[in-house]
Amino acid sequence: MLPLDHVIGLSAILFTIGVLGVATRRNLIVILMSIELMLNAANLAFVGFNRIWSQVEGVPAIDGHVFVLMVIAVAAAEVAVGLGILLSMFRNRDSVNVEEVNLLKW
Amino acid sequence: MTVEAILFYVFGILAVVSALGMVLNIRNTVASAMSLVVTMVSLGAIYLLLEAYLVAVIQIMVYGGAIVVLFLFVVMLLNLSTDEFPPGKQRVAKLAVVIVGVAILAQVLVALGQAPLLVAQPEAVPEGFGGYRQLGLSLYTDYVLLVEMVSLLLLAAIVGALILAKRKID
Repeated sequence: MLPLDHVIGLSAILFTIGVLGVATRRNLIVILMSIELMLNAANLAFVGFNRIWSQVEGVPAIDGHVFVLMVIAVAAAEVAVGLGILLSMFRNRDSVNVEEVNLLKW
Repeated sequence: MTVEAILFYVFGILAVVSALGMVLNIRNTVASAMSLVVTMVSLGAIYLLLEAYLVAVIQIMVYGGAIVVLFLFVVMLLNLSTDEFPPGKQRVAKLAVVIVGVAILAQVLVALGQAPLLVAQPEAVPEGFGGYRQLGLSLYTDYVLLVEMVSLLLLAAIVGALILAKRKID
């Protein structure tokens, strides 16, 4: 049997790695990948909790898996739009460094 | 320790190491994307161990097959083999973020170690758990509104990506 505490711990570790990637990297592509990593960590937590409560008083429960599918769809949409933004940013600035995009910064 | 637990630890360590490789690799963006593939496939294997069969297949198809390929395609399109930026300015802020993130992670892990809120030995899954039949029935009865909303979201994303990728809107 799987150690389900450790599944949730692994999810927390992956989420933290994603947060650190978003916070410290300046390459917009890697930042988008780190966001994907955070979404995956959340998915892992969903699947782990659904495995713990796979039936509630005899009724099978699958809601965690449904939410994972929704998160995957949202992630796909987010990547499509994010990479579109990246492409137009590269066209305007000739760089993917996020520190150069500071027009709204005071 | 059972075979399942050993497999879980192997794939978990693989996922963490390749995720770190993705974030820490500052030279090669393509290698970062490849590390991301390894993380996604390891997570798919862990989903299999958690008896989420359909989700595991979709994870590998959508993440390993589509999303990472999209990333690689953009890297190739922009011709960004290396990623050498001059050193950044906000070193203190970044260091603070790292410290706070690691502190929160440590707190979560300590709380998980102390509190017995998770069932250590969950009961066996019901028949057909995580298969397409149960998931499909749930999707198209209880969550049918959610499916419709996701379809609208995907449509909006397609239109948005097309408009963003167009050079000039006439």
